[in-house]
Amino acid sequence: MNLVDEWGITLAVFLPLLGALVIALTPKGMEGVQKLLALVSSGAALVVGLMVTFAFNHGEGGLQFETSVPWIPAIDANYHVGIDGISLPLIVLSLLVTFLCVIYAYWHIPEPGNAKAFFALILLLETGMNGSFIALDLVLFFVFWELVLVPMYFLIGIWGGENRQYAAIKFFLYTLFGSIFMLLGFLALYFQSDPHTFDMIRLQQAGVLNLPVGLANLIFAGMALGFAVKVPMWPFHTWLPDAHTQAPTIGSVLLAAVLLKMGTYGFMRIAIPILPGPAQTFAPVIAILAAIAIVYGALCCLAQTNLKRMIAFSSVGHMGFVMLGIATLTPEGFNAAVFGMIAHGVVTGMLFFLAGSIKERYHTYEMPELAGMGLRIPRMAGLLAFCAIASLGLPGLAGLWGEVMALLASYRPLEGLDTTVFRTAMVIGGIGTVLTAGYFLWMLQRVNMGTPRDDGHHGRLADVERLEAAAWIPLLALILILGLYPRLIMDTTTSSVTRLTETVAGERQAQVAQVADH
Amino acid sequence: MPLNWILVLTTFLFCVGVYGVLARRNAVIVLMSVELMLNAVNLNFIAFNGVVGDDRLIGQVFALFVIAIAAAELGVGLAIVLLIYRNSFTVSLDEVNLLKW
Amino acid sequence: MEMAFVVPVIAMASAALIWAIGKRFPRRGAEIGVGAMVAVLLGSLLVFFDTIRHIGADPDFHGFERAVTWMNFGPDSTLELGFHVDGLTAVLMVVVGFVALMVHLYAASYMKGDVRVTHFFATLSLFTASMLNLVLANNMLQMLLGWEGMGICSYLLIGHWWEKHENSSAAIKAFLTTRVGDVGFMFGIFVLFWAARSFNVAQINEMAAAGDIARGTLTVAAVLLFCGAIGKSAQFPLHTWLPDAMAGPTPVSALIHAATMVVAGVYLVARMFPVFDNASDIALDEVAIIGSITMVIAALLALVQQDLKRVLAYSTISQLAYMIGGLGVGAYTASVFHIWTHAWFKALLFLGAGSVIHAVHSNNMTDMGGLFKKMPITSITFIIGGLALAAFPPFAGFWSKDELVTGAYEAATHGSTAGMITFIAMMLTAFLTACYVARMLALTFFGAPKYDEKHVHPHESPRLMTYPLIALAVLAVAGGWVGIPGDLNQFGTWVHYGEEHAAFNPMIAIASTGLALAGFAVGWAIFRLGRVKVDLQRTALAPFYRLLLNKYYLDEIYFRGIVRPVRDGLSRAAYWVNQHVLDGVVNAAGIVAVKSGTFAYRDVDQGLIDGLVNNLARFAGLAGDKLKFWQTGNMQRYAAAMFLGVATLVGAFAFFRF
Repeated sequence: MNLVDEWGITLAVFLPLLGALVIALTPKGMEGVQKLLALVSSGAALVVGLMVTFAFNHGEGGLQFETSVPWIPAIDANYHVGIDGISLPLIVLSLLVTFLCVIYAYWHIPEPGNAKAFFALILLLETGMNGSFIALDLVLFFVFWELVLVPMYFLIGIWGGENRQYAAIKFFLYTLFGSIFMLLGFLALYFQSDPHTFDMIRLQQAGVLNLPVGLANLIFAGMALGFAVKVPMWPFHTWLPDAHTQAPTIGSVLLAAVLLKMGTYGFMRIAIPILPGPAQTFAPVIAILAAIAIVYGALCCLAQTNLKRMIAFSSVGHMGFVMLGIATLTPEGFNAAVFGMIAHGVVTGMLFFLAGSIKERYHTYEMPELAGMGLRIPRMAGLLAFCAIASLGLPGLAGLWGEVMALLASYRPLEGLDTTVFRTAMVIGGIGTVLTAGYFLWMLQRVNMGTPRDDGHHGRLADVERLEAAAWIPLLALILILGLYPRLIMDTTTSSVTRLTETVAGERQAQVAQVADH
Repeated sequence: MPLNWILVLTTFLFCVGVYGVLARRNAVIVLMSVELMLNAVNLNFIAFNGVVGDDRLIGQVFALFVIAIAAAELGVGLAIVLLIYRNSFTVSLDEVNLLKW
Repeated sequence: MEMAFVVPVIAMASAALIWAIGKRFPRRGAEIGVGAMVAVLLGSLLVFFDTIRHIGADPDFHGFERAVTWMNFGPDSTLELGFHVDGLTAVLMVVVGFVALMVHLYAASYMKGDVRVTHFFATLSLFTASMLNLVLANNMLQMLLGWEGMGICSYLLIGHWWEKHENSSAAIKAFLTTRVGDVGFMFGIFVLFWAARSFNVAQINEMAAAGDIARGTLTVAAVLLFCGAIGKSAQFPLHTWLPDAMAGPTPVSALIHAATMVVAGVYLVARMFPVFDNASDIALDEVAIIGSITMVIAALLALVQQDLKRVLAYSTISQLAYMIGGLGVGAYTASVFHIWTHAWFKALLFLGAGSVIHAVHSNNMTDMGGLFKKMPITSITFIIGGLALAAFPPFAGFWSKDELVTGAYEAATHGSTAGMITFIAMMLTAFLTACYVARMLALTFFGAPKYDEKHVHPHESPRLMTYPLIALAVLAVAGGWVGIPGDLNQFGTWVHYGEEHAAFNPMIAIASTGLALAGFAVGWAIFRLGRVKVDLQRTALAPFYRLLLNKYYLDEIYFRGIVRPVRDGLSRAAYWVNQHVLDGVVNAAGIVAVKSGTFAYRDVDQGLIDGLVNNLARFAGLAGDKLKFWQTGNMQRYAAAMFLGVATLVGAFAFFRF
C-alpha cells in the first residue's frame, strides 16, 4: 500500500513509457509481441490507476499521493507530483481510453502499418498525457505538455488521411505557438516569485508572488493563450478540425478524449489558482468566448457533410460548455467543467471510434454516401444514434450533466462577476443546445435513416465486430453509468473544486479589503 | 692573400655557375654548373673562417657538409637525368617540361 | 404509496428487457411490454387508491415524498432523486398507466410484423417510464429529465418508419421545436434553483406561496417555465410540430401525442401553480392569452384538414389550449380534470382512427366514408369519442369543459380582461369543435364509400384492437362522472389548489351545450346532409380559407425564416468565416512564415552571404586559371625567377638597410 501511496501515480505515468522502450527494442517483424507488450503495459498502468482510485480519499479536497524529489536543483525544479479530485478522474479517463485504443488497434493498425512504431508512440503519448495531469511543478508540467506533441505529430503525419502532413504540422506548430506564451508566463512567475520557484503549490501561497496588477494580467493572458489553443477555445480552434479529420481513428479518439482536456485542466490547476485576481478579470471574456464557441461550433457542424469533421466541430461546442463552467469560478461551474470533460471524453471518443469503423466499411466519411446505414449495419447505426443522443445532452446519459450544470452555474457566477455577461452567455448557450440537437439529429437523418445508395460496390458489410465491441463496451457502459450515477465523479471533485473557489474568493476578499483600506 | 681576391674569385665562379644553370640546355652541364656555384660558396666558407679566426673551424666543417650534400644531390640529379633520357631520349631541358601546368 | 417509485422502474426495466431479449419472443417483445404495462397500471391504481384514502383521512394531505441524494454538485447544491405523490400525481399516473396499457395492447396487434417491432415496444415502454418519472419527480431537474426523455422517445417513435424522408424530418421537427421551449423551461428551473437554493418542487412551491421569493423572480421563472409548456403542449406559436408528428405509427399518436406527453406542459404549469399564482398577473394572463389564441386557431385548422389524424392532432392542440387557458384563469381543478377526460376520449379517437386507417390503408378522409356498417365497433366507439370531444352531456368531455368555461366566466366577472378573452375563446371553440367533429364523423363513417371498392375491403379490426377501444369508450362516457358537480364530485377533493371547484352554473352549461349543438348541426348539415353547398374557394372567405389550408403560413415562416437561414445560410457563413477568416489567419501566418523563410533562405542566405563565399572561391579559381600559364615547366625560367627574386631581395636589403 505504501508503494501505491508514494509511487502509484508515478508508476501509472511511466509504465507506458517503459512499455514503449521495450517495444522499441524488439525487432521489427514481431508484431504479436509488440501488440502484447502495448496491451500489457497500458493495462498495467490502468490497474495501477484503479488501485490509486480505490486508495484515494474521495471526501478530501487537498492533494494526495504527493511526492517530491529534487530534479534540477539549480533552478529549484522538482519532480513534484500529486493528485486531487480534479486530476484523478482525468487520469483514469486517460488510462482507460488509451487501454481501449490499444485493444481497438489490435487489428486496426492503419496504413502504412508498422505496429512497432505505432504502439510505441501511443504509449509515449500516454506518458505525456498522464504526466500532465499529475505534475505539480511548472517545469515538469511543461515537459509533459510538450512530450505529448511529438507522438501525436507522428501519429497524424504518418498514419493520417490524404492531407495528413498539413494537419500534423498545423497541429504541432499551433500548439507550440500557444505553449511559448505559456512558457513565458511560467518563467515570469519564476522570476517574480520570492524565493524563485516553479512549484505550483508554493506559488499559490500568500506572499510568494507579488505582482503588479498589469503584469499579473499579462502573465495570465499568456498562460491562458497557451491553454486556450489546446482546449481549443474560439477563435483558436482551427487546428482541431483538420487534425481530427486527418488523424487515424486512434489519434482522433485520444485527441478528443484526453488531449483537449489538458488545456481546460491547465486553467483549473495552474492559471486560476496561481493568479486568482486576473482570473476574475478575464472570466467574463472567457465566458463570452465560450458562448460564441457553443453556437459557432454548432453552426459549423450544420455546414458539414463529412461525418468526422462534424464530430470534430462538435468538440468545439462541447469544450465551450466546459469553459463556460470554468469561467463562472463557482464550485458548480468547476464541477460541471470536470464532468463535462469526462463526458465529452467518453462520448466523443466513442463517436470517433464509430466514425473510424464506419470509414473502414464504407471507405468514406461523406454523409450522403452513408445514407441508410440503419438498414445495412443496424447495430453500428444504433450505437451511432446512442452516442449522438448522449452527445446532444439527453437525460440518463453522460452528456447532460456537464451542459446543464454549466448553464446553471452561469446564471449565478462567483460574486463580483458581471451577471449580465454570464446570463447572456447562458442564453446563447441555451440556443446552442437547440442547434446541437439540430445538427446531431440531422446527421442521424442523413446517415442512419433513409435507404442505402444503390451502388453495389460495398456488398455485404460486417456489423460491429467482437474486438470493436470489446473496446467499446466500457465506454458505452460509462456513458450510461455517468448519466444515471453522476456521483461517481461529483463525489470525487466537489471538495476539490470547493477549495479552488475558496482560493479565488479569498483573493477577491483581499482585494476588497485593500480597496477599503485606501 | 687578401680576402677581396678570394671574394672576386668566388663571385666569378658563382656567376659562371649561374650562367651555366640559366643558359645551358644540357641537363648534365646544368648540374655541373650547380656544382660550380656550390664550390664558390664552399670557398667563401673557408675564406671567412680564416678571417674570423674561429678555432672550431665551423666554416670548414660546413664546407664538408656542403660537399657531402652536393654529392648526394648530384647522384639523385644524374639518376633523374638518366631516367629522363631513357624515357624521352634527350637531356635538353627545353624539351623536358614535366612540371608544366 | 411508499413504493410508488417502483412503477416507473417497472416500465424502465421493461424497456431494457425488450431491448435485451425481446427478439426471442414470438411477438418479438410485445409480450413483455404488455405484461409490464399491466403491472404499471396495477401499481398506479394502488397508488391512486392509497392516495385517495389518505386524502379522505386528512383533507390537508400535502403528498408523500421520499428522496435520496443523487449528487452534490457544489458545497450547498444538492440534486435529489426522489418521488412525490399527491392527488395530481396519482390522477396522472392512472391516466398514463391506463392509456399505456391500452396502447400496448392495441399496438401488439397493430404493429404485428413490423420490421422494428422490438425497438418500437422498447421505446414505448421507455416513454412510459419517462412520463411516470416526470409525474412522480420530487424535483424540477428530475422533471426535466423525464421531460427530455419523453422528447427523445417521441422523436424515435415519430421517426419509426425512417426509411421515408418525411417521417424522419417530422421527428426532427418535433424534437427541435419542443427543445426550443425546453430551453426556456431549463432557464426557469435555474431561476428558481438559485432563488430557493433547491430543485425541490414542494419546497419551491411553499417558498413561493409564503412570499420568500421575490415577485419579479417568480414572474420571470413562470414565463420561462411556460415556454417549456408551450413547446411540449404544442401551444401557439410552437404548435406546428404536433400535426407533423402524426407521421408516427397511430398507437404512438394515441399515447404520446394525445393522451400523455402533450399534457406534460399542462401538468408542469399545474405542478408549479403556486409559482404562477404568486407571480405578478402577467404570468397567468400570458398563459390564458396563449391558450385562447391557440384553442381558436387550432380548431379552425381542424375544420379544413383532409387527413383524419391531422384533424385529431389539431383538436388535441385546441383541447390542450383549453387546459392551458383554464389554468390561466385559475380553474386549476377543471384543467386537471380535463387532462383526465381528454386522455380517455382522445386516446379512443386516435386508436379508432388507427383502426379505420388499418382498414382502408389511407389517412385521408376523402378515401373513407360509409364505414359504419363495415366496422360497427370501431364506428360506435369512435362516435362516442367524438361526442365526448364535442362535449355533449353526459359524455366525459362535457363535465370538464363545463367547469373550465365556468371558471373563465367567473374570472371574467371578477374583472379580468384575460378571463373575458378566454371565456369568449372557449365559447367560440365549443362551437368550432362540435362543427369539425360533425364533419369528421360524417366524412369517415357515413355517406357513400369513397375508397376504391375493388381493392379495399374494410372489415372490423381484430379483438386485440377493438377491446381497448371498448374499454376507452366506457371511460369516455363514464370517466367524467367522478367530477359531476355537487355532492357526488370526487375529483375536486383529489386535486385542488386553494378552494375547491367553481360552483355549477346552469346558464353556462346550457349556453355552451347550445353552442356545441349548433356547431354540430352546422357541420352535419354541410358535410353529411349536403344542405348547404358552398365552395369556399369562390366566396369572400377564400383568402381566409387559403390561410387555413396553409396553416397560417407558420411552417413556411419557420422554415424560410429560421430553419433554412440557420441550416443553410448561417451555418455556411459561419463555416466560411471559419475556413477563410479564422483559419485564414492561421494559414496566412503559416504562408507568411514559409514565404519569409523562402526569402531568407534563397535571397539572403543563399544569395548574399553564401554568395560572398562562393564568389571569393570563384575568383581564386579564375585567377589561377589565368596565372597557371606562367608555369611553363621550363626549369631554367624558374631558376631565373628565383635568382631575380634573390637579387631583388638583396638589392632591397642593401637599399633600405634593414
